[in-house]
Amino acid sequence: MELPGCGPIAGGRLPAAFHTPGLGSFSEFLGLAAPELIRPVGEAAPLADMRHGTTIVAGVFPQGVVMAGDRRATMGNLIAQRDIEKVFHGDEFSAVGIAGTAGLAIEMVRLFQVELEHYEKLEGTMLSLDGKANKLATMIRSNLGFALQGLVVVPLFAGFDTDKTRGRIFSYDTVGGTYEVEHYASVGSGSLFAKAALKKLWRDDFSQTDAVRAAIQALYDAADDDSATGGPDVTRRIYPVVAVVTAQGYRKFSEAEVGEHVQAVLAGRMQRPGGPQAPVE
Amino acid sequence: MTTPFYVSPEQLMKDRADYARKGIARGRSVVVLTYADGIVFVAENPSRALHKISEIYDCIGFAAVGKYNEFENLRVAGVRLADLRGYSFDRRDVTGRWLANAYAQTLGAIFSGPGEKPYEVEIVVAEVGSTPEEDQLYRLTYDGSVADERRYVCMGGQAEAVAGVLNARYQQGMDLVAALRLAIDGLAGQPSTEGGSGPRELNADQLEVAILDRTRPRRKFRRFTAAALAQLLEAGTLPPDQQTSLAGGSHEPPGPHPEQEQ
Repeated sequence: MELPGCGPIAGGRLPAAFHTPGLGSFSEFLGLAAPELIRPVGEAAPLADMRHGTTIVAGVFPQGVVMAGDRRATMGNLIAQRDIEKVFHGDEFSAVGIAGTAGLAIEMVRLFQVELEHYEKLEGTMLSLDGKANKLATMIRSNLGFALQGLVVVPLFAGFDTDKTRGRIFSYDTVGGTYEVEHYASVGSGSLFAKAALKKLWRDDFSQTDAVRAAIQALYDAADDDSATGGPDVTRRIYPVVAVVTAQGYRKFSEAEVGEHVQAVLAGRMQRPGGPQAPVE
Repeated sequence: MTTPFYVSPEQLMKDRADYARKGIARGRSVVVLTYADGIVFVAENPSRALHKISEIYDCIGFAAVGKYNEFENLRVAGVRLADLRGYSFDRRDVTGRWLANAYAQTLGAIFSGPGEKPYEVEIVVAEVGSTPEEDQLYRLTYDGSVADERRYVCMGGQAEAVAGVLNARYQQGMDLVAALRLAIDGLAGQPSTEGGSGPRELNADQLEVAILDRTRPRRKFRRFTAAALAQLLEAGTLPPDQQTSLAGGSHEPPGPHPEQEQ
């Protein structure tokens, strides 16, 4: 028998790392059992042909939290992919959106998902939401070597805190600094415009439907002014990925559900291209 | 100087096997049986925290009897092994047969390893398939032997008595409640530790029950709380599932079906 990273196993037994007690973390275990599966902090020079993910928005409403992301990945001035998904579940009660170098970011999310499930299976209980947020921070920090060379990964983390029974959002910087954000947040190249839109639109007493609509409006505004953010692609029916996390858990909206919101937003923009107007006073 | 005794290999292995068997026979029994929608695990275990049954991976469950620290060590190794393989390749590449082989090798090496005491454990690795024909039950004993079972496995102190009850009443394609009742009757038929030989009353608080349910979206394993179990046995219905079902999937899971909520 052969395991990744462990070579043929002497005497048919699993290596000692598998039997080490008290290790709740999957990435720590990887470091012992298969260190080559953890990304090396190497000397890679930044290359032009890497995919970049762009804009993610999130907002807190009374029942939980919504997260949405556009579908575009860019490679320099090219559109590398029209239908990339950048919003993922972390576990049943959390969502992660990614901006930055897509390849590294998706791998980071994959490891993060395994990490949360691994902990849950070993310990029989979920990590607290703060624990999950801090775990993600550690993973961003382990990418620091790449980040310094321009391969930046900046996720946005949102989840339902089952202890405090409310939605919460955490944003990060490139060195893994974790900052809890109230109300709404956005990351990525179009975040400037998305955040400005959310600032005018967001109300803390939003229903889930209103929260989803506002998130889609904000992404539309980001796509309006940022070339790297993709707007809703009506001809191909490629719409933003929208997920909510509430006391009932993570739920990704179906294409049809998002399509309805997108059609409504588009109909409004036909009348007012700048989107809904906030009162001056 | 003392002269070392000659002990024949047969005697050595027999002594080790007897030692392991005695340890296992002291514990309470665990039953794993297939039903229409999957596999049900039932253990007599008053502890809420120290589990005999647990989830290994999406479709794979684990049940054990014997010495807690030893089977807990195997369980943790199994979770690590499965997560490592799923992370390196794909989630579909983690199979029950593969995991059972890894356990068999490890148990075998420990059993015959010089200077080591054999593990006093017996475990089941169960994998639920997309149809009942694809369900797999592997029973592994202290010496690393693997048996591929079709219908049910009984392990622990009174395994033979429990198997007698199951053998008489087991039917292919039973529903969950019927399978659960059969397993509980089997366990309750054991002579109690306090003496006396009649069937005992086993209520939900004394049982640890979990299922691998093929109708669940991603993670098929579901553990029942005592309250859920009591409701299932009395009313035949289950309270809504609050447990995670999708975490750790491929990049983007389908998630709970939109119609299921709100």
